[in-house]
Formats: sequence, structure tokens, C-alpha cells
Amino acid sequence: MKCVVDYGKCTGLGICESLAPDFFEVNDDGDLELLKEDIAPDELQAVEEAVAGCPTEALSIER
Amino acid sequence: MVDSTSRLPTQPRRLVVVGASLAGLRAVEAARKAGFDGEIVLVGAEPHLPYDRPPLSKAFLDRAVAGEGLAPPPYFRTAETMCELGVELRLGVPASGLDTDRRVVLVGDEEVAYDALVIATGAQPRMLPGVEGLAGVHALRTLDDSIAVREALEAGARTVVVGAGFIGSEVAATARKRGLEATIVEALPTPLVRATGREMGAAIAALHERNGTTLRCGTGVRAIEGDGRVERVVLEDGTTIPADLVVVGIGVVPSVGWLAGSGLTLDNGIVCDENLWTGVPGVYAAGDVANWVNPLLGERQRMENWTAAAEQGAAAARNALDPEHARPYGTVPYFWSDWYDVRIQFVGSPDADEVLLVDGDPDGGSRWVALYRRSDRLIGALTVNGQGEIMKYRGQIMKRGSWADALVFAEKRRELARQKAAAAAG
Repeated sequence: MKCVVDYGKCTGLGICESLAPDFFEVNDDGDLELLKEDIAPDELQAVEEAVAGCPTEALSIER
Repeated sequence: MVDSTSRLPTQPRRLVVVGASLAGLRAVEAARKAGFDGEIVLVGAEPHLPYDRPPLSKAFLDRAVAGEGLAPPPYFRTAETMCELGVELRLGVPASGLDTDRRVVLVGDEEVAYDALVIATGAQPRMLPGVEGLAGVHALRTLDDSIAVREALEAGARTVVVGAGFIGSEVAATARKRGLEATIVEALPTPLVRATGREMGAAIAALHERNGTTLRCGTGVRAIEGDGRVERVVLEDGTTIPADLVVVGIGVVPSVGWLAGSGLTLDNGIVCDENLWTGVPGVYAAGDVANWVNPLLGERQRMENWTAAAEQGAAAARNALDPEHARPYGTVPYFWSDWYDVRIQFVGSPDADEVLLVDGDPDGGSRWVALYRRSDRLIGALTVNGQGEIMKYRGQIMKRGSWADALVFAEKRRELARQKAAAAAG
């Protein structure tokens, strides 16, 4: 499973970073950086919460 | 013999969600995601499909982008998608009553029966008295409100905003971005105290003057005058401000009027436990209308932000459909606001013993970070153009991090920034 960011939608609000900090980090310019793509089974819940928590619906999981 | 009407059926077959905004939509989607295959009815007062509210006071109000036109309404889902979810939509008529004994919601002349109910009716804006029938005076809560405000901005309205909260501030910033005159009138001496505390409220409000918006604090509105259409705002101190558009942003009240006599406990919204349960079998609440115990901060709270609405909607539906395995909903509150070229972000609670600036400088600067201490714990954080910082503190508050650790972390971040700056300078 892979985590995918739609950078056309993302505005760097950062909720994902607080829910899954191993995957997401907003940098000083306010842009989201995907720290890793591959999701291990024990990481899935955190990434799913990040996907659900994104106000711009910019995140998805490719299964 | 057991009175079957007073107990929830062990397997709810019919979920009714009242309120078709973010919390209501997320309730419906979470129910399906959890495998619920019974009937779902979504009741909404407005005629529109569920739509996103944050853009209504931000990007939706902007000038047309060349080649693209004005922003389209920010609908969450198409009618087809809602249909695929297997949701019966009842839009355009508000719920007007709830009978918890017979388990029915009154919608217009119809009774809508439920096994499980999620109430997400949100909040409605406070309005100034005496402005009914005066064109050009708007609250900003709904899509229709936003369309009307945008039309006025398109026509070049001289804009007066009543209330220096986040919504009003965003509208004023948009008007300025369009090159229009904008004035904000605030009755309190300092804006945003409830949301961010006194020091930071004053610091954030100073952004207005720096961007050419007039901010008048400590004076109320005496009258809004005009002949059929607004022409001027008269302040308590006698000042008159010419206006073609007045946007009233003086807060909201939870939409609970329709629940009078329902047996639900109403006090600053619908009183719920930490599972978002109202105490009445089968009935849960979510979003701006829910006054619940937030176990993460140990406070009773009623949120008015996007994140809480989305998460509570989902949590309330899951708990309503499986009350025996209900789980508490806890959150570190988060909101953001976009003004001019500045993004303001806040996490946690502003109810603090100390507010400490740990980076940047509000005096003249447009980037800073402030931390909020309660006892020996980090309880809140505010950043202005500190997108790279804010969520690191949200993570610490979630883990109930200490104040001492937060200060050590803040120093590390400053050191890292210094190193980066030095490297960039070569």
C-alpha cells in the first residue's frame, strides 16, 4: 500500500503531520513533504486517520 | 415484560442523520465504512448538497481567476456519489421536532423514524437587531450568504465588518485583496481573546492595520442605516462609516431550537458524554452543536471548527450504530485562518497560565510562534506563518507533553533554523 498526495489540492494545513508524523511533514515554506510512501500494516490506521482528517481531501491510499 | 420502545434495538437498521454539512456527511460515510448496510436518511435544512464551509470566507470570495471564472460552490460530493452511498437525502426542509420515546424526527409534515440518530445541526450566526429587510447586510455561514457577499465585493462594495473574529477578519482581508475599503468594528477592546488569549489576540489583530484595513475596537454599533439598502454604519461613539456591504461576524449559537421538549439536555448545545452520547438511547450528537467532554484536555467543550466536525461526525455514527463498543472521542482542537498573506494556526486550548513567545516577533514581523502553558503542561500553540512548527506541538499536546520539554524542543527548532539560515547565506 502506498500513500499518495495530490499537491494540486494540498494547502499544507498539516493535520496529517500531527496524526502520522512518520509520513508527513510541512516544511518552513508551508509545503507538505511526503517522508515515505510505503505503508506497513501497523501504520495503516494512522495514515487512514490522516486521509480522513485532511480538509482539502488531498490524501489517498493506493491499495 | 420489557418495554421495547425504550431500548435501542441491538442491531440498528435505520440511521437518521440530521444536519447535512461536514459532520453529517462524515457520519453517513463512516457508517458505510463500518459496514452498516441498513437504511440511512440524511436531513438537511438547506437545499444544497453537503458543502465545505472554510472556503466560504476565504478563496470562494476571491476575484475571478483569468480563464477560470469565479470559484464554483465547494460541494463535497456529487448527487451520484451520495446515491452510490445508499443515502436517502431530504434536503431543503429543517427538522422541527424530536420524539425520543417514539423515535421519530419531525421534518416538515413527515415523521422520519430512526433506530440510531446523529444530530449535527450545527450553529446559526448571531445577527444584529433591526437589520431585517435591509439589503446588503449579511451573516456569513451558508453558501447563499457567501454568494451574496461575493456579489457585493464584485460590485466594489465599501465593506464594513462587524466583529473582529476569524470569519469577519477573513472577509475584510478578502475585500482588501480586491483593493476595496474595509473597516472592522469590534465592541471589545481586544479581538480574538476567547480563541487565542489577550496577548496574541492583540498581536494578530495588528495584522489588519498593517494591511490597510481599519480596525476600530472598543466601540459597538449603534445603528445600521439605509433606505432599503445599507448606506452607513453608525457607531456608539457617533462615528459614521459609509458602507455598501456589512458582514456581521459576531459569533454563532448552536441550532437546538427544534429540540425544545425533546428530553435532551440543552446547555450551550446538546450536552453529551465523552462518547458523544446524549444520554437518550440511540441519540448522539456531533459538530458545532455537540457540547461534550474532551478526554484529551479534560474539559467540557463545544467546538466550532472543521476538524472536530469531521471527526465527531464519524465517531458519533460509529458509536450510535454499536453503542456497546462505543469509544470516547478526544482531540487536541485545531483551527486555522487565512488573512492577507498570513496563515494563522492554533492547536489546543487558549485557557492558559502563561503565554510565551518562542520564535519570531509580532511587532512588525509576520511570522511567530507562541506556546501556552497550563500548570506544568503544554496546553496550546499558536503560529503565524509557522506551518512547519504548529503540528509538532499538536503532537506533543496529544501525548500530554510537559512544558519543560516543549521549551527544549522550541530551542532545538530555533537552532535548526539558525543553521539553515547560515547555510543559505553560504
